[in-house]
Amino acid sequence: MSTVTLRNIHKQYTDVEIIKGIDLDINDREFVVFVGPSGCGKSTLLRMIAGLEDISSGDLLIDGERVNDVPPDKRGLAMVFQTYALYPHMTVAENMAFSLRLAGVPKQQRLERARDVARILQLEPLLNRKPKELSGGQRQRVAIGRALVRNPKVFLFDEPLSNLDAALRVQMRLELASLHDSLQTTMIYVTHDQVEAMTLADKIVVLQGGVVEQVGSPLELYHQPRNLFVAGFIGSPKMNFLTVTVSAVNDSGTTVQLPGDASVTIPVKPSSLSVGDRATLGIRPEHLRLDPNQPTLTGEVLVVERLGGETFLYVRIAGGDTLIVQTDGDNPSRTHDRAFVHINGDFCHLFDQNGESIAKTRRHHLMNETHEQPYQNRVSYQAE
Amino acid sequence: MARKNSRQWLWAVLGWLVAILLFFPIFWMFLTSFKTEVAAVATPPQLFFRPTLENYVAIQDRANYFNYALNSIAVSLGSTFLALLLAIPAAYAMAFFPTKRTKGTLMWMLSTKMLPSVGVLVPVYILCREAGLLDSRIGLIIIYTLINLPIVVWMIYSFFKEVPKEILEADRMDGASTQQELRHVLLPLALPGIASTALLSIILAWNEAFWSLNLTTFDAAPLTAFIASFSSPQGLFWAKLSAASTLAIAPILIFGWLSQRQLVRGLTFGAVK
Ligand SMILES: Nc1ncnc2c1ncn2[C@@H]1O[C@H](COP(=O)(O)OP(=O)(O)OP(=O)(O)O)[C@@H](O)[C@H]1O
Ligand SMILES: [Mg+2]
Repeated sequence: MSTVTLRNIHKQYTDVEIIKGIDLDINDREFVVFVGPSGCGKSTLLRMIAGLEDISSGDLLIDGERVNDVPPDKRGLAMVFQTYALYPHMTVAENMAFSLRLAGVPKQQRLERARDVARILQLEPLLNRKPKELSGGQRQRVAIGRALVRNPKVFLFDEPLSNLDAALRVQMRLELASLHDSLQTTMIYVTHDQVEAMTLADKIVVLQGGVVEQVGSPLELYHQPRNLFVAGFIGSPKMNFLTVTVSAVNDSGTTVQLPGDASVTIPVKPSSLSVGDRATLGIRPEHLRLDPNQPTLTGEVLVVERLGGETFLYVRIAGGDTLIVQTDGDNPSRTHDRAFVHINGDFCHLFDQNGESIAKTRRHHLMNETHEQPYQNRVSYQAE
Repeated sequence: MARKNSRQWLWAVLGWLVAILLFFPIFWMFLTSFKTEVAAVATPPQLFFRPTLENYVAIQDRANYFNYALNSIAVSLGSTFLALLLAIPAAYAMAFFPTKRTKGTLMWMLSTKMLPSVGVLVPVYILCREAGLLDSRIGLIIIYTLINLPIVVWMIYSFFKEVPKEILEADRMDGASTQQELRHVLLPLALPGIASTALLSIILAWNEAFWSLNLTTFDAAPLTAFIASFSSPQGLFWAKLSAASTLAIAPILIFGWLSQRQLVRGLTFGAVK
């Protein structure tokens, strides 16, 4: 059992408040990812949990016990740093066994433990090397190994993969996922790479400016973003936003007027919006379709980005907005073509003047399954 | 290309000129120490002469070189050790737990070096006398420690600053106490820097003359006092003075030569990375 609970956590540097009251419950064995733009306080929050940064006010509980004033090593956590932070003058084995050495574990025993962990991470042939003789990926593995040796209750990762090249990042991402699967420990992971967030997380915490914008499973955030910020932050390429005018409101949906003359009915519950109000319509590139037979909007193709398997069209529509449309890889569109874009109201999101999302009449069908995983069926990892 | 080449030539020539200019007095002193007193003051100066060891013999007759040398060694090693002992914790605190006033404190420490020593001669002399530290190695060690402390703290501070913060955070996560962190992580990583700091401190202490001349007479007198004792009221004996100086600087010159790589790193600390 290891849960982490944050209660109204604040962080104040002399004159600026960086973290502005964060409440969060992290369940046992959960993989939680903090995402958010640069400077939003992800690292600061993680470091406060780690004990490397004082908590200005609020309570941090690990397994229900308040640990605000407990030193880092006594919190039962291990951290993997973005820069790896390996001890340059020690071998891989010594690096991994250092915490045990400090704890007074006899040499034979601690090297054995290091070797066990090295086996899990395929580091055995490298045990006698110094960090500078390792590649980036190997260093990252050693850093993870050093955390693993301590058998922590909670793993903390601060952008651990951001110094790796793209291919290695994918590989390490998979390794981390299977590590979490076999270790069954709570993990808290900071990243600004949303692919990492979406693929690794049981629960994503979206931060901005020191506050939590939304907490939820990856699909929850994707399908039911709570506000414009989350809608724009999750998903790649970004969700398209159009300024619209409400033209009709009833129980089954709200109809909005798009630039040009078209209108779309979005199945949202009645809200504070009334006829004549301005609102923002959001729709993801992958939910737009090119359809000359029932065009909602027409425009000119400005740029064609071919990724092989899919193609992104940047379409300028009447009123000057640009829509990103995802089509298949074989789509024949070319620059300066006219594009006929069909908008399906079911896929649209509607945001009021404050940028808050308006609830849909139906939940997305995947949302009814919770993100809780059936842990009991998993193989459990025996540390000793 | 040609321009760049001639520029480099110019710099090289200039460098050599400066080096020769700096080295010439030492070279001349070395030569003079093998001349007779008469030859030493001859005009025009003689570059070629018949070398003699009589000065060295005379010096040994008059004063016990090894006593002085022993004092120099004890005082420079002792003060360096003490300075490191004080500077390492101070630099640790300032490098890793800085406050708003840390930079100011560092500047203030350095500013004490700007005061002419003679300005505090009387109070320091009286303090030493009252404490019974006149003409004692302990007294000199304390004075040298205090003189060199600012620069030692500065250097170690800047070497500590080069150690990535995350490494120290990692060891704290691993459960290192402050002492363990220092012993197992920080000192091994900063060792080259600390070594060059120690070298510089030893050299500065070895060459210090103002306080050694004023605070010692015989028992604790180091080699600088040994040299000075040859410019006696009976007149200047150039050849003997040169021989004494050669003997006095020989150990530190050899020491410096052997450790020049460390020294260069230390003296240009922070400047080259
Ligand atoms: N010691 C400090 N004093 C004052 N402000 C600080 C200090 N450390 C960090 N900050 C500020 O706190 C904010 C949050 O920093 P933090 O490192 O947590 O951001 P982040 O979300 O991890 O960003 P990134 O994605 O770039 O790593 C930043 O605006 C930063 O300037
Ligand atoms: Mg960060």
